[in-house]
Amino acid sequence: MRKLATLIGVILLYAACKNGGTQATLPIYGNRDTKTITKDGKQVVDTIYQTIPAFRFVNQYGDSITQNSLKGDIYVADFFFTTCPSICPIMHRNMLKVYSEFKNVSDFKIISHSIDPKHDSVPILKKYADGLGISGNSWWLLQGKKDDTYNLSASYLVRRPEESAKELFIHDGYFVLIDKQKRIRGSYDGTDEKDVARMIGDIKTLRAETNPQIAQ
Amino acid sequence: MKFKIIAGLVLILSVIIASCGSAEDMEFKRYYLGGEQLYKQRCQNCHGTKGEGLSNLIPPLTDSTFLKTNKKQLACIVNNGLKGALVVVNGKSFVGDMPANNIPPVDIARILTYITNSFGNKMGTVKSEDVALSLKDCK
Ligand code: HEC
Repeated sequence: MRKLATLIGVILLYAACKNGGTQATLPIYGNRDTKTITKDGKQVVDTIYQTIPAFRFVNQYGDSITQNSLKGDIYVADFFFTTCPSICPIMHRNMLKVYSEFKNVSDFKIISHSIDPKHDSVPILKKYADGLGISGNSWWLLQGKKDDTYNLSASYLVRRPEESAKELFIHDGYFVLIDKQKRIRGSYDGTDEKDVARMIGDIKTLRAETNPQIAQ
Repeated sequence: MKFKIIAGLVLILSVIIASCGSAEDMEFKRYYLGGEQLYKQRCQNCHGTKGEGLSNLIPPLTDSTFLKTNKKQLACIVNNGLKGALVVVNGKSFVGDMPANNIPPVDIARILTYITNSFGNKMGTVKSEDVALSLKDCK
C-alpha cells in the first residue's frame, strides 16, 4: 500500500513538472526514420530526424556561407526580400528584438534568405543591414541561386515562395528554430509579437539543453 | 429624497451631454476611427502599431514638426507614394520607397486624421475637401 502511494506521488510530481512553467525540452519536428545500429556490440534502433541539408550562399559582407559556418550554432531562419511591401517589415521589426536579445551570444545566429536574389545583390543586402542597424556576424542576410533557396524552403517546412505579378513574391512569415544538429525545434509566426516572444523563451530553453544525446 | 432624485437626474443629463459632444467632435471621431482601420490595413506593417517605423529603413510618424511643416504634402505622399526621396524625420535621414495608394480622397482624409492625431500628434480633422485641394498641387 505504501509503495503504491509513493508511486502515485511520483507520477503526480512528474505530471506537475511536465505541465508547469516552461517546457523542459522542445519537440523535434519533421519526418523521422529509424536505423538499426551496433552500439557497444549490441543491435539498437536509432531514430534519424529530418535535418537541414547542406547549402552554399553569400552573406551581406560577400562572405561565402555554408552549413559549416553554422557549426555548433543554434539558429533561426526566415525568408524575405528587401523590397517586400507587406509582411517583411513586421517580421524584421520582431526579429530585431531577437537580435538584440542574443547578439552577444556566441552560439546563436539568425539567417534571412532573400527570395529575390536578382534584386537583392550583396551591396543591397549590406545597405538593408545598415538600415536595420545590424552589424557583426550574428544576423546574416543570404542570397544565392534562386532555386537553391526555394528548394531549401521545403526543408524548413515552410511554403515554397512563388513569384506573382502583383505582390512580387508570395511567401510566409515563419521563423524556424534549428538546433545544433540541424533539426527543426520550433516554428513561429514572425508577424506575431507574442509568438516571437515565445520563440525567445524557446531559444533560451534550447541553449540550456544538456541531455548529451540531444545536445551532443 | 427629492434632492437625491434631482441630483441623480442632473448627473445623468450631464453625462449624456458630455458624451454627445458637438457635431464637430462627431465628425472627428468618424474620420479618426475610419482612419484607424485603414491605417491597420495599409500602413501599419511598415510604420508600426505605434507609428515607430523601422530603424533607418522606414521613418516614424511621430515627428509632429515634420507633419506640420509638410501638412500640404501629406495627401500627396499617401496618394502617390515616395520613390527614393530624401526625408528627414526626427533628425534622421531616410531614402526609401513607399507604395502609392489608389483610394478616394475621403479615405486619405481619414488616414491623415488618424496619423496626425495619434502617436503624440494633435492636428485636428483633415477633411475630404482639404485632401482634394492638396492633391491638385502635388510636387
Ligand atoms: C512598404 C512600406 C510602407 C507602407 C505600406 C507605407 N509607408 Fe509611408 N513610408 C515608407 C517609407 C520607406 C518612407 C520614406 C520614403 C523616403 O525615404 O522617400 C515613408 C514615408 C512616409 C511619410 C513621410 C515621412 C514621415 O515619416 O512622416 C508619411 C507621412 C507616410 N509615409 C505615411 C504613410 C501612410 C499614411 C501609409 C498608409 C496609407 C504609409 N505611409 C504606408 C514606407 C511605407
